[in-house]
Amino acid sequence: MSTAAPVLHGESPKAPPSYLQAGHTIKSWLLTGDHKRIAVLYLISVSVFFFFGSLAASMIRIELVSPRGVMLESDTYNKVFTAHGIIMIFFFLIPAIPAVLGNFLLPIMIGARDLAFPRLNLLSWYLYVAGGLCGVLAIAFGGVDTGWTFYTPYSSMYSNTNVTLTIIGAFIAGFSSIATGINFIVTVHKMRAPGMTWFRLPLMVWGSYATSLIIVLGTPVVAITLLLVVMERVFHIGVFSPELGGDPVLFQHLFWFYSHPAVYIMILPAMGVINEVITCFSRKRIFGYHFIAFSSLAIAGLGFLVWGHHMFVSSQSMYQGMVFSLLSYLVAVPSAIKVFNWTATIYKGSVRFQTPFLYVLGFMGLFVVGGLTGLFLAAMSTDVHLTDTYFVVAHFHYVMAGSNLIALLAGMHYWWPKMYGRLYNKKLAAISSALIFVGFNLTFLPQFVLGSRGMPRRYFNYLPQFQDLHVASTIGSWVLAAGLFLTAAYLLASFRQPKGMAANPWGGRTLEWETTSPPTTHNFEGQPVLQHGPYDYRPEPAAVGVKELAH
Amino acid sequence: MNFPLMPDQASNFARPYDALFFVLTALTILFTILVGALVLFFAVRYRKGSRVDRSGAVESHLGLEITWTAIPLLLGLVMFWWAAKLYVETRQPPKDAMEVFVIGKQWMWHLQHSNGVRENNELHVPVGVPVRLTMISQDVIHSFFVPQFRIKQDVLPGRYTQQWFVASKPGKFNLFCAEYCGTQHSEMGGYIYAMPPQEFQKWLASGGDKKRPNQPTMADLGKALYDRLACANCHGPQDTERGPSLYGLYGAKRRMTDGTVVEADASYIRESIKNPYAKINESYQNTMPEYRELTEEDLLNLLAYIRTLGTAKAPGPVLGNAGPAQIGGANR
Ligand code: HEC
Ligand SMILES: [Cu+2]
Ligand SMILES: [Cu+2]
Repeated sequence: MSTAAPVLHGESPKAPPSYLQAGHTIKSWLLTGDHKRIAVLYLISVSVFFFFGSLAASMIRIELVSPRGVMLESDTYNKVFTAHGIIMIFFFLIPAIPAVLGNFLLPIMIGARDLAFPRLNLLSWYLYVAGGLCGVLAIAFGGVDTGWTFYTPYSSMYSNTNVTLTIIGAFIAGFSSIATGINFIVTVHKMRAPGMTWFRLPLMVWGSYATSLIIVLGTPVVAITLLLVVMERVFHIGVFSPELGGDPVLFQHLFWFYSHPAVYIMILPAMGVINEVITCFSRKRIFGYHFIAFSSLAIAGLGFLVWGHHMFVSSQSMYQGMVFSLLSYLVAVPSAIKVFNWTATIYKGSVRFQTPFLYVLGFMGLFVVGGLTGLFLAAMSTDVHLTDTYFVVAHFHYVMAGSNLIALLAGMHYWWPKMYGRLYNKKLAAISSALIFVGFNLTFLPQFVLGSRGMPRRYFNYLPQFQDLHVASTIGSWVLAAGLFLTAAYLLASFRQPKGMAANPWGGRTLEWETTSPPTTHNFEGQPVLQHGPYDYRPEPAAVGVKELAH
Repeated sequence: MNFPLMPDQASNFARPYDALFFVLTALTILFTILVGALVLFFAVRYRKGSRVDRSGAVESHLGLEITWTAIPLLLGLVMFWWAAKLYVETRQPPKDAMEVFVIGKQWMWHLQHSNGVRENNELHVPVGVPVRLTMISQDVIHSFFVPQFRIKQDVLPGRYTQQWFVASKPGKFNLFCAEYCGTQHSEMGGYIYAMPPQEFQKWLASGGDKKRPNQPTMADLGKALYDRLACANCHGPQDTERGPSLYGLYGAKRRMTDGTVVEADASYIRESIKNPYAKINESYQNTMPEYRELTEEDLLNLLAYIRTLGTAKAPGPVLGNAGPAQIGGANR
């Protein structure tokens, strides 16, 4: 880097090519160490899995139009909902925001050239793909029918489907998240630009950091647990099956020890995205920065202590249940804090109703409903009736699927110009954001009622009295699908638009908007030095603090 | 318009449960509307270009943060406490409850009354009488769910769990399996018939739906099995060197070779028969043969018989009173 010209907005005449232009061979993509290219690889692969997961979802919804089924056998149905769950959770929701948006933005946001371990980052993508292939093979060889929860002893002793292969897939994918998590943690600790103190970090970075902590602490537990299932299944080493002297409930403890925090692996990065978007489109510094940052850490910590709320009817002792219920109420508080702080951010702002902000509105709606319905399930008595019914299905779709997906879309629409240097058709974007919001609610609101009326989940056949609500839900899923297809269409079409776009179309006041769009391979020309924190949305902001440092 | 959120209220738990449910629903709607309205109102009022006063906006406010931390926290604690109290009741069956034994297996429910009447996928119970279900699975985990009663409890292999209810009105109610258990999980259901007590007594005495009166009771069957398997060779009225006496075993405390003290509840006794080497009585060695081929039904009958040999806490409850959902600590 010999050039000493100011790099604000990357207008330097001799600027090197963008990361997209930096090499055109397939090899230059598949062997890249560039976090941005890896993010693009992830985006493509995550989208493929999302497509198949959604395909499975729509098969489920069509099947449930009739109380006796439409086209599938009950065994096939069980395999389809299992495939839906496994694909969506392990191969879409968990990696989506961290591995795509986090990977792309985290280094840029803290003024670094790349993640701390670029090759580990690439390895994590390959692990993800390898894990995914195992999953695909398991489906190709006939599928799995255990549900994504793999409850023992069904999974370890009774199911005669491809449990082992699927578990190996999930196991490998787990290492992919661990690699990403370690990379993020080290990067945030070691690679921050001069002047980028902890409390000048954009909140997206705090969210990713908290997520990484959960990933690194939790994923090994589930990986080993799943491996134990395989051991029992293949070598008959008794761990979970009472026939072999094991304890089936032990599996649930170990599984939920990871899988409850996994909910926060999905939601914390989503909240991180919402922070960035809401402050940018309200043109006001985010309200209560410290509270939001610490609430992420509180969620990450407390989230590890509430797993037993999945087990109020599984024979856990009454007092154990009480502790888990109480802690579950406590972990709800930091989420509430975030919602109130976001609301206060909009107050006296100057709101631009652009697509990313529309998604923020949608997110707030879904997240509030999802979070509050969680309180029914954290309450021990109501949980007895509601657990393992459609109420739970609706609840976790609101918090994990809806909120995560909508935050991902908010982020994609916000940073699309950053990633590809192009804008999309805003009118279509507004329409599809409305379709997605309406479709999502139409799909899942009826499921709350189904559940509280007593419809158990994972039912292939059901009582005729539940049909109307199932039909409504299925129609909703079509609206949702229409919105998603439309989104895919105009985002892809944006590649045909001319590039001549401002580097910072939204006037963002975080470091990633201080470089070219799309950025060059090294993100910044020279080393940025921060003068102050993010989100200076005053009408006449101080320079965000990128200063050229000759070196 | 009839758009119920809940199924019929047909047990003692339904009303208190529904009260909590509706309060939670009201809070959910209230907060959703509150946040939704505030967000939309602020967003529209402070939209770009609108001429409103924007002066005095702050970036943080400790008082506000404390307020909106404290209010959800307090509300949450109240909800937690309320729900926990109700839950505790659902886990503490009265001592005089009528006993029904449940065996879940892929994919049917097998139910047994103490007097020997059996049913499949159907359960007849009297209205107004507490009924305790002692449940075990023969294979994978199932869950015994009656929406109109607002009860649900997982049914595990290898150890007993229990739940109880008082049916509050006569009728036919749904029984579902709520824990995914394989191919025909959604078929694994049936009905609970709640009947006026006299009618129920008649039904029971006449031998149930199959009309087979004067069947051997579970304890009779257990005794027959006990004799056939010659358990008495080693287990007599007194402790001998061949084996400990089972008289008064129920609910007694036993010390194991590893020094732990366990309560001889249903799950412990079951395990002692099916898998005797898992825990070994302090004064003995592992000389008892394993009776692995015994079915869950056999084991329940044996338990019923051993119970007639007296309980440590006579006239205590029939199958142990470990309080919470699970009766026994087998496999822990
Ligand atoms: C060959 C002798 C023998 C026979 C036959 C036998 N047992 Fe035992 N049983 C023992 C011994 C010895 C113990 C104590 C060691 C242990 O805990 O395994 C024992 C323990 C038990 C216990 C636990 C009692 C306690 O105090 O902890 C139960 C219950 C029991 N047996 C039931 C049965 C039943 C029911 C049968 C018949 C199906 C049976 N046993 C047959 C020898 C025998
Ligand atoms: Cu959870
Ligand atoms: Cu089942």
